Amino acid sequence: MTTVAVKPATMAQALTRALRDAMAADPAVHVMGEDVGTLGGVFRVTDGLAKEFGEDRCTDTPLAEAGILGTAVGMAMYGLRPVVEMQFDAFAYPAFEQLISHVARTRNRTRGRMPLPITIRVPYGGGIGGVEHHSDSSEAYYMATPGLHVVTPATVADAYGLMRAAIASDDPVVVLEPKRLYWSKDSWNPEEPTPVEPIGRAVVRRPGRSATLITYGPSVPVCMEAAEAARAEGWDLEVVDLRSLVPFDDETVCASVRRTGRAVVVHESGSFGGPGGEIAARVTERCFHHLEAPVLRVAGFDVPYPPPMLERHHLPGVDRILDAVGRLQWEAES
Amino acid sequence: MTVMEQRGAYKPTPPPAWQPRTDPAPLLPDAEPYRVLGTEAAAKADPELLRTLYAQLVKGRRYNAQATALTKQGRLAVYPSTTGQEACEVAAALVLKEQDWLFPSYRDTLAVVARGVDPVEALTLLRGDWHTGYDPYEHRVAPLCTPLATQLPHAVGLAHAARLKGDDVVALAMVGDGGTSEGDFHEALNFAAVWQAPVVFFVQNNGFAISVPLAKQTAAPSLAHKAVGYGMPGRLVDGNDAAAVHEVLSDAVRHARAGGGPTLVEAITYRVDAHTNADDATRYRGDAEVETWREHDPIRLLEHELTARGLLDEAGIEAARQDAETMAAALREQMNQDPVLDPMDLFTHVYAEPTPHLREQQDQLRAELEAEADTEGGTHR
Repeated sequence: MTTVAVKPATMAQALTRALRDAMAADPAVHVMGEDVGTLGGVFRVTDGLAKEFGEDRCTDTPLAEAGILGTAVGMAMYGLRPVVEMQFDAFAYPAFEQLISHVARTRNRTRGRMPLPITIRVPYGGGIGGVEHHSDSSEAYYMATPGLHVVTPATVADAYGLMRAAIASDDPVVVLEPKRLYWSKDSWNPEEPTPVEPIGRAVVRRPGRSATLITYGPSVPVCMEAAEAARAEGWDLEVVDLRSLVPFDDETVCASVRRTGRAVVVHESGSFGGPGGEIAARVTERCFHHLEAPVLRVAGFDVPYPPPMLERHHLPGVDRILDAVGRLQWEAES
Repeated sequence: MTVMEQRGAYKPTPPPAWQPRTDPAPLLPDAEPYRVLGTEAAAKADPELLRTLYAQLVKGRRYNAQATALTKQGRLAVYPSTTGQEACEVAAALVLKEQDWLFPSYRDTLAVVARGVDPVEALTLLRGDWHTGYDPYEHRVAPLCTPLATQLPHAVGLAHAARLKGDDVVALAMVGDGGTSEGDFHEALNFAAVWQAPVVFFVQNNGFAISVPLAKQTAAPSLAHKAVGYGMPGRLVDGNDAAAVHEVLSDAVRHARAGGGPTLVEAITYRVDAHTNADDATRYRGDAEVETWREHDPIRLLEHELTARGLLDEAGIEAARQDAETMAAALREQMNQDPVLDPMDLFTHVYAEPTPHLREQQDQLRAELEAEADTEGGTHR
């Protein structure tokens, strides 16, 4: 039996590979955005694509997010599959009218006659020491917009798989790329890329019996770390990585909570009006009789994203997660 | 050489970025709107085209009247009229080839109908039974766009995509004077010029954005002048002169088709009716102003030209009127039929496949409909 030498790859490299493979497989796939061509993107995710496929397939656009997404709509109307890069989470806001009023609605508006297979890549989240407007968790806005799929990878392999699935989807997909995981490494063989799974399945990242941490994207490694630390407290935590916020995988999440009886939702986004409220409600509605304690949320504070020197106090870390786990009414069991 | 001598010898060459890149002069619009009817240029106009335009204008006027009447009968939720703007609406459709694309705003149902879309399907949005009634690919007409100017970047993207594929396609995008204040207008024109996309931006300056006059909308010399800032030609035309609008738009379409890039055309016209049937125009403008424009009416201008040159007689006028009446009667009859609605359609086209979450809501609505049917003892529509 031969083993393939598997070298560690970064999430950014896996995303690049996914874009490249998608462009090679389908001439309709066009990458566009600010600095994606000659420079290869500010995070180098589109590195080499303009050279390999030409500037008509990987295009440096004028600096205008509404224009980028708006022209992508027209390109998709004509049968192309645009992959649009919004350079940073908070720079995507000028494109929101195009996103909400057209990208998300045109299929429905035209009774399915005019689907818009557009992939919108958004580097998101904090933890990289970015100055203002470079660290937002904007997922709640996307989740609240019917017609969009919203996915976010936490591993190198999922970055590849979710990106390929997003580009292959006939619906618009927002791919939220956790900036602070771009340089995370994992054993992943680009010559045997992960099979592309359909969008919408969560995965149990770490099995456990005591309680479930429901999380996604940049918070997944934090939860894994918290789960390790929790062993010292005698808790065996299960970690569910949602991967897809829309569609939401109630099945996997609820199966886990029914097993453990306790749940904490963890994300960087604020808690008020954030994804955690929806997730906690769904879990409570479906698993009420299995719950030993209310579903808790561990989130960023409901403040504008802090300056870099204060962000560590904002982002949910191991201690805040363990503190929440400690409040899951364990005394009821003793 | 001493240090001071070296400093004295410093004569920097201007950086290359200082060189002017485009001569703006050829891009500038004329001072006066271009006209054909009543001028020497009219003699060169194709009589057959003029007669076609006339028949379409008469039909268009009748269509506007009929659609407005349908709002009063409760058959349309709302109708933004283009009475007085028929020359623009009709010409926009007639200058395009079959493979070209039209990107209308919500006010442009007449252009959509003139392009060949079934009137009932064109009015579906305004009747309120669905957001778009027609298949955009059947006549290459994008959905009527209600948010202002957001359809313009779509036109640019589509034209750009067609050009990348090597297809002979021009996109004509319609917008009003108010829409030119929107950011998407700016971004669309900028992208189109940078990409040299085969697009024609057609602004109908009808004087008002609901109630706000142009003077409060812009300080530009004219809307057509805005083209120069993007590096494309701007053209100014009398929007009530059907022959002139047709000629200017045809030139712009030809220019785009030949690879010359985009053009911005501003047609100066007037919204004779209120913004919609729900608006009261007397709150922001006087009758005298409206009367001036009724004098400069697109149908009267063309009719005068045609009759003076012996290209149209009483019988011809009557035939055009009859033709329009036939169209109106058919539209009336079709619109008087209740549309068949299926509430379950709410979920059918949100995604290619409904998400599990939407399937649950689908089940909920189905149960509600069944309960409704049980209590009413009848069937639901």
